Amino acid sequence: MSHFDWLSELLARYQDERVLVRRGSARELAPAHLLEIDAEDWGRAAQVAAQFGCRWAGVWAEQHDDSLLISAALAYQGDHLLLRTAVPLAAPRLPSQTPYYPGADRMERHVQDMHGVVFSDHPDPRRWSRHNRWAPDRYPLRKDFSVDNAPLPAAPEQDYSFIQTQGAGAYEIPVGPVHAGIIEPGHFRFQAVGEMVLNLEQRLGYVHKGIEKIAEGRDAHGLARLAGRVSGDSTVHHAWAACMAMERAARITVPPRAQALRAVYAERERIANHLGDIGAICNDVAFAFMWQQFARLRELWLRDNAACCGHRLLMDCIVPGGVARDLSAEQVVRLRSAVDPLRRELAALYPILDDHPSLEDRLATTGVLSAEQAQRLGCLGYVGKASGQDADLRRDHPYAPYDRLHVPSPLFQTGDVEARMQVRMQEVLDSLELLVVLLDTLPDGAVQVPWQAPAAGSEGLGLVEGWRGEILSYVRFGADGRIARYFPRDPSWFNWPALELLIHGNIVPDFPVCNKSVNGSYSGHDL
Amino acid sequence: MLRILNKIRQTGLITEDLPRDVVLEQVGAQLRAGIARQFQGSLAIRQVDAGSCNACELEIHALNNGYYDIERYGVHFVASPRHADVLLVTGPVSVHMETALLRTYEATPAPRLVIAAGDCAACGGEFGCSYASRGAVSNVIPVDAVIPGCPPTPLALMQGLLQVLEET
Repeated sequence: MSHFDWLSELLARYQDERVLVRRGSARELAPAHLLEIDAEDWGRAAQVAAQFGCRWAGVWAEQHDDSLLISAALAYQGDHLLLRTAVPLAAPRLPSQTPYYPGADRMERHVQDMHGVVFSDHPDPRRWSRHNRWAPDRYPLRKDFSVDNAPLPAAPEQDYSFIQTQGAGAYEIPVGPVHAGIIEPGHFRFQAVGEMVLNLEQRLGYVHKGIEKIAEGRDAHGLARLAGRVSGDSTVHHAWAACMAMERAARITVPPRAQALRAVYAERERIANHLGDIGAICNDVAFAFMWQQFARLRELWLRDNAACCGHRLLMDCIVPGGVARDLSAEQVVRLRSAVDPLRRELAALYPILDDHPSLEDRLATTGVLSAEQAQRLGCLGYVGKASGQDADLRRDHPYAPYDRLHVPSPLFQTGDVEARMQVRMQEVLDSLELLVVLLDTLPDGAVQVPWQAPAAGSEGLGLVEGWRGEILSYVRFGADGRIARYFPRDPSWFNWPALELLIHGNIVPDFPVCNKSVNGSYSGHDL
Repeated sequence: MLRILNKIRQTGLITEDLPRDVVLEQVGAQLRAGIARQFQGSLAIRQVDAGSCNACELEIHALNNGYYDIERYGVHFVASPRHADVLLVTGPVSVHMETALLRTYEATPAPRLVIAAGDCAACGGEFGCSYASRGAVSNVIPVDAVIPGCPPTPLALMQGLLQVLEET
């Protein structure tokens, strides 16, 4: 089946529903297609797409003089489609897409706080990214807002109206933003009866550091460095997505060896994080043996990163036009020879994980996210794959070098903590297999082409399958090769809300393991 | 159970001595001595992410793996600032975390040490100061020492910690 052969059917549906769409250039945002839509049809366009079966994959705005351009991404069978409309800056109202896509809720509120777009029919118009440190009528991503605008005085955020509960025996547990462990900050508000969680509400945005704003005016290399720090555990994948967006905007093709090395870094990042998570999930149910074993394997893996790639977490390895440095023949051998020892270790450890009754007792049937819930939220990565959502960009719309590789993707239906751990366990083995092929068939040649900035107004979309799931990065260039707009959409936007659902009916002491099994990025979401 | 015991036996002891080429071995002894002298043999750290990208947290986590096993020096991480001798702060301080950081600082009993870990905490790093970021931790609370790095490696974190104790 070829790409976008479903598009004519969707366009016919739009015609039936009298939603006027104009086909944009297929070249500008390739491989995504662009559909321009009137602002008043924005909500109905989402309704039709939802009925058609599209996944909702993000929304962002950008200011062009006295109007705001809004783009929303949809995905179907691995292809991406951009809906685009414009609203006047003086009266930026737009129908909400959240009634049809619950996963759009927070991102629309982010656009509301950052650009001042009013989404009519939004079920929950409370602020999201703003915590009272800038005025409610000021919007940081508008052109009249200076990046060094002084924040309002520090004060506790007391007027955010959390969901309340009443009734005999019901009580509330507020947690965070400073959590008990070595972990990113965020606020969780639990309502519980006895040990059972009735409701969880998340309040995020604590590590909002203005990434989208400070990206403006950077050059391409500066943006790659910033992208590598959107979420420190996903430095490779975010840098890759940003560079892919910039390279597509600039019509630059990365040399084959650099493509392969990017995938080597990416699969190593996936393995390192999955190893850490498997151990941490076990630790959260007091299985300290497994935690120490996986922490040990992760440490050895990171040391190979440092020895061969120059950085334990692989920061700044990916640059516009390629990769920062080549691997020597000896380094390739070292990375290749690390594969089999890890496989042997896992062959000893996995059977214990699979066959340990007290572990199964804690992980199986805990924190269940149904396939229907995952589908409605658009959950990605191991959260989606554990709940029947069979999507992996490396397989469904492969980008180089995955277009020449066989990428298997595990799929489970039970949607519990155990399934989310099993996806990770299988993905580690699959990534090791990919690493073997990548390292054994590493093309010769250059690892970088010179960066050449595109004309002002050029835009590009980067799409990669991160270890947490699909990352979408949008870049538009301004004058002199400077960045005019950068929006990195981490998969955590869709996986965080899943945690609010899957915790229902579980006991409070199981929250840490449920949370770890989802492992949303705070930084990647808060921006 | 036998498989677990077998794996433990095969894995053996993996804890490493700090590298011998640096003055670290000496500092290692001083750390233990310093902690014994100043903190009754036990140094409690409350880690606070004030806006980090999470890379620093990953490396701080690694301090607890078997290779570094920082507890052998009497260093341990605690949940409450009320139990802490040291605040180990990462990230540029996001304006949204400013109040929480101040409150955590105020909740830590004196004498308390504040260590800013990582380039962002040291000087603002890639994020600097903006409408959303106060930059370096020292812009918000008094800082006793900084540990540079993006992120600092576990070894750099240990070295930094040793140095702090040596100097105070």
